[in-house]
Amino acid sequence: MVLQGLTAPPMANGEVVFDAPWQSRVFGMARTLSEQGLFTWDEFREQLILQIETCTDDGEYQYFTHFLNALTTLLEEKQLFSNDELVVLSEQFAARPHDHDH
Amino acid sequence: MSDDSPQAIRAEALESILIEKGLLTAEAVDDVITRYSERVGPMNGARLVARAWVDSRFKKRLLTDATAIVESFGFEGGQVEKLVVVENTDKVHNAVVCTLCSCYPWAVLGLPPKWYKDPAYRSRIVMEPRLLLAEMGVVLESDVEIQVWDSSAEIRYMVLPMQPPGTRHLNEEQLAELVTRDSMIGVEILRQPG
Repeated sequence: MVLQGLTAPPMANGEVVFDAPWQSRVFGMARTLSEQGLFTWDEFREQLILQIETCTDDGEYQYFTHFLNALTTLLEEKQLFSNDELVVLSEQFAARPHDHDH
Repeated sequence: MSDDSPQAIRAEALESILIEKGLLTAEAVDDVITRYSERVGPMNGARLVARAWVDSRFKKRLLTDATAIVESFGFEGGQVEKLVVVENTDKVHNAVVCTLCSCYPWAVLGLPPKWYKDPAYRSRIVMEPRLLLAEMGVVLESDVEIQVWDSSAEIRYMVLPMQPPGTRHLNEEQLAELVTRDSMIGVEILRQPG
């Protein structure tokens, strides 16, 4: 009988899917833009595979970093936004005082 | 509480730019997150499993043409690629993986758990499935064959778990409550409740 010797499964349904809120935002953005027809989910997935395959970082596997990179690369390819803009705004945000509330 | 990691800042800046360009709204992003984490969730898959347990004709259809069944249920969640449901028995245990990236049956299981995308899971479930499953709490007798199904862009897999013992008296709705996401990926065996 298969069930014998079974210990309690360490993985419950309530497991947190995202490690940090930004990961859920990135996921939500990609799905929203895809649902609005700016790109197909297949296009996004191909870009994501490319990001994962070309990653040379030996450090900790960062799925949502690849996810974010795939999204920005695809949006730039589609000329919907420019990565330069993102770099500038990210620097501005990074320079904010640390007690900012948002 | 703020998260000042470079990726968090980059994500925030990206959202801010896309909102300013009128390409999305923060509310739309919120809605998507809620939809995938709550409404789409594993409950859709659980409903299919519970129905299959109580209705043998439905089960036969589910195992032969799950894609059509999912379409007839009208689950939301965007993409419904070809879905194949594989049945666990006393002799065969099925588990699902995506070795290439993280293909997952969103429409029936919602968001993938984070370990599903982990390279360790993706390689070990192929290389040493019996050992990995045991570590995850699924201890199988040596005569139980393990089949690992590699999801792709074209085909997504879902496991039809065995009905736990002592649940014959429950109705479909009560049975659906017992079905977990992990059991439909094949990394959990449902036990008798209580």
